[in-house]
Amino acid sequence: MSTEPLSTFESSLTEIGVELVRTSTEEFESTLAPLLDAPAVGTPLPFADVSLPADVETNPTVADLEAARTGVTAAGYGIADYGSVVVQGGPAGEEPVSLYADEHVAVVAASDVLPDMDAAFDRLAEDIRGGTGRAVIATGPSATADMGSLVTGAHGPMAVTVVLLEDA
Amino acid sequence: MSVDDRRRKAERIRHLLDTEGDSVHENTRVFNEGRYESVAKLDDYESLKDEARSIKEDAIERLPELLDRLTETIEANGGTVYVAEDAADANRYVSEVVDGRNVVKSKSMTTEEIEVNDALEASGAEVWETDLAEFVLQIAEEAPSHIVAPAIHKSREEIADLFNEVFDPDEPLETAEELTRFAREYLGERILDAEVGMTGANFVTADTGTLALVTSEGNARKCVQATNTHVAVAGVEKVVPRVEDLQPFVELIGRSGTGQDVTSYLSLLTPPGDSPTFGSGGGGGGGGSGGSDPLDGRELESGGDREFHLVLIDNGRMAMREDDDLRETLYCIRCSACANSCANFQHVGGHAFGGETYSGGIATGWEAGVHGQESAAEFNDLCTGCSRCVNGCPVKIDIPWINTVVRDRINRGTDGDLDFLVEGLTPDEEPGGIDLQKRLFGNFDALARLGSAFAPLSNRVARTDVARSVMERTLGVDARRELPAFERESLVEWFETRGSRVDPEEARRRVALYPDAYTNYVRTERGKAAVRVLESIDVHVDVPSAGESGRAPLSQGMVATARANAEAVYEALSPAVAAGRDVVVIEPSDLAMFHREYERLLPEDEYTALKEDSYEVMEYVYGLLENGASVDVLADGNGERIAYHSHCQQRTLDLEPYTLAVLEDCGFDVATSDVECCGMAGSFGYKSEYYELSVDVGGTLADQFTTDDAADRTVVASGTSCLEQLDALLARRPTHPVRLLDAR
Repeated sequence: MSTEPLSTFESSLTEIGVELVRTSTEEFESTLAPLLDAPAVGTPLPFADVSLPADVETNPTVADLEAARTGVTAAGYGIADYGSVVVQGGPAGEEPVSLYADEHVAVVAASDVLPDMDAAFDRLAEDIRGGTGRAVIATGPSATADMGSLVTGAHGPMAVTVVLLEDA
Repeated sequence: MSVDDRRRKAERIRHLLDTEGDSVHENTRVFNEGRYESVAKLDDYESLKDEARSIKEDAIERLPELLDRLTETIEANGGTVYVAEDAADANRYVSEVVDGRNVVKSKSMTTEEIEVNDALEASGAEVWETDLAEFVLQIAEEAPSHIVAPAIHKSREEIADLFNEVFDPDEPLETAEELTRFAREYLGERILDAEVGMTGANFVTADTGTLALVTSEGNARKCVQATNTHVAVAGVEKVVPRVEDLQPFVELIGRSGTGQDVTSYLSLLTPPGDSPTFGSGGGGGGGGSGGSDPLDGRELESGGDREFHLVLIDNGRMAMREDDDLRETLYCIRCSACANSCANFQHVGGHAFGGETYSGGIATGWEAGVHGQESAAEFNDLCTGCSRCVNGCPVKIDIPWINTVVRDRINRGTDGDLDFLVEGLTPDEEPGGIDLQKRLFGNFDALARLGSAFAPLSNRVARTDVARSVMERTLGVDARRELPAFERESLVEWFETRGSRVDPEEARRRVALYPDAYTNYVRTERGKAAVRVLESIDVHVDVPSAGESGRAPLSQGMVATARANAEAVYEALSPAVAAGRDVVVIEPSDLAMFHREYERLLPEDEYTALKEDSYEVMEYVYGLLENGASVDVLADGNGERIAYHSHCQQRTLDLEPYTLAVLEDCGFDVATSDVECCGMAGSFGYKSEYYELSVDVGGTLADQFTTDDAADRTVVASGTSCLEQLDALLARRPTHPVRLLDAR
């Protein structure tokens, strides 16, 4: 694929205060390690030859979720124009894991970064018709201005980091 | 309206200006400026709006069919759909489903409309609003003042005082950060304790049964995720045919409302889904927040058995669908652009500019449709028809028109007791019951004709204390406003005597200069200047006697009178139009009539003919200069410093740049205002119940023109109302831009 959506993705993420970390399948674990603050929870990643470190709890209790500082999930795709990641919430718990921890680390394959909302909705429609019961287009951290000025981490994560698997 | 009613209304507005005005103003201005910046980044903004509009038109047209389809889909997925006729029906159903269990809610205006919290609490359930602004209102026991940011009227300090008083934390809360953390923690416990999650829905797709929720905080996600029963409440109008149809709305809703390109979360829920839940609340439900730690030993449970109920609310909507004038309201996606872009709303907020549930410009349509005309009547007059909301509406609803139609209906629904006095004396087409104040301003043409015929005596009499006091008491014309002074010789009379000074055979163009009522009887100088400026560019000018455009009665909701005026104006101008002459208009609000409202008042061919051949005077001069006329015949600005305020309706038609370009071409140094409206808005600022709001709105404009850079600039404005407001609020006397070009 062309690199254009990727550079747009990166600049969109920068604009909304989200760090993009580029890595490869091979270097994934070493790239991820410094991004994890313990305790960390996660859901199994669907990318070939990529897995989570052992100290990431992938079968969390409610208490684990509440206590988690980092939550790692895959994102089905990214949307370059907006710096969004689409988190599909399945039985492994992507929805709660991406929602309760202080920081959400979303792992997305470069080949799944779509240029715009139009392309994203084509994919979403296909996935929803195929049975995806829950999809969240997440753009930046949870935020509110209801208390007089902008604060992140209203109910969801205070920060988001996107890890891009360049060779996936 | 009686004199006492006017006084009460003025007092209420004054109270809100004092207590809530500053917070509302600060926040809505941020949203509004954010909207301009955010939509400017879209290459295809206009086509996205067209697309969104046509999806909604189609969906409402096919609504019964789509509701059937949606019901089938959701039931096939294992959920339940209940179409509630009205609020009571909906509340009965929801209460049965909830059955006394603990409920956590995300923000939903539709649940505000049906007041479901009261019903649930009466049935023994505990209900918590988890949206932080709604949470603030819940503990303050106040109503939303804005459809998207419901606690917009409260400052951080007020929220901190409220929290400290109600919750008495060990350390008093102070910063937005501390308040947010506290609320997150407090509500986090309520979420863990709850068994029912209640949400609204911004959109529902008929093909897949998918709910789209537009949020930023993450509370809606948690409310659904943590509980095992999901109740979604939405108006029937929220249905769209397909998932793909969501795309334009997703791109438009955040930008249009709070100025965010997209909000943090757009949840697409297709219940039940297989995302896990937290199961039943800490150790078995319904027990409230006391007892053991709700976290103890709780595992995630399969979400496949999650119960789902979609409650679709009719509550007047199906009738709105049959109503040719209110139908458009159902296209509304509740983004709040019409509130944020409204100068009156920016200053007084939704507690004045709102009915039982909804607030802002489109609220008139919602309130009239779901709660009835009386609820709309409470605030409908606050829409001045300035039209600044029109271009910002993502589904292109003609919000001023809905306000006008509902005003007309309110006028007609009132029983009057002064029929004997007004019928026959006024030349309008309205029934006897209409408010005298509205009738006075609606018949400005007749008033101006009389005033001019008896000038200057009429001006002197009208200015006496006795006359002003009588006018205030009987008509609600505020005595603090200076009345317009009528000229003895009208512009039409002046021109008849003077005649044209350009040979029609040698003329560059031939035009009919439309003598609007103000230019004709009050501000004749700008009319004379326009004639001279056009003639200096070799334009042959005629000033046909054509009456008031209908703007004055239309702004009072007198649609039939406005139509009669429009027909008369067309008849007066049609010979010129038929002869291929251009129609030049000085007053922007009248040009806006020709370009916008006449579409609803005249036959299509007449509307189109007049629209295509009519121009604002400065736009016309611009066109002449672009087509070879020399700027040298116009007055030389010679670097004179100007502060220019464009007129609201002129800006909606995107005509401000022409005035700016011509003035700069002539050598003036121009600075411009960026307020949405001057606050005068025709008759609005004269009305005693709105005088103070009008001055408050005008104050923002006056502030912009008294900065260090602007204080010495000559003040120029295109609209009559703007000129009157600026004249009242500034020490400098403002003038119309065409007078600057007059080399005489």
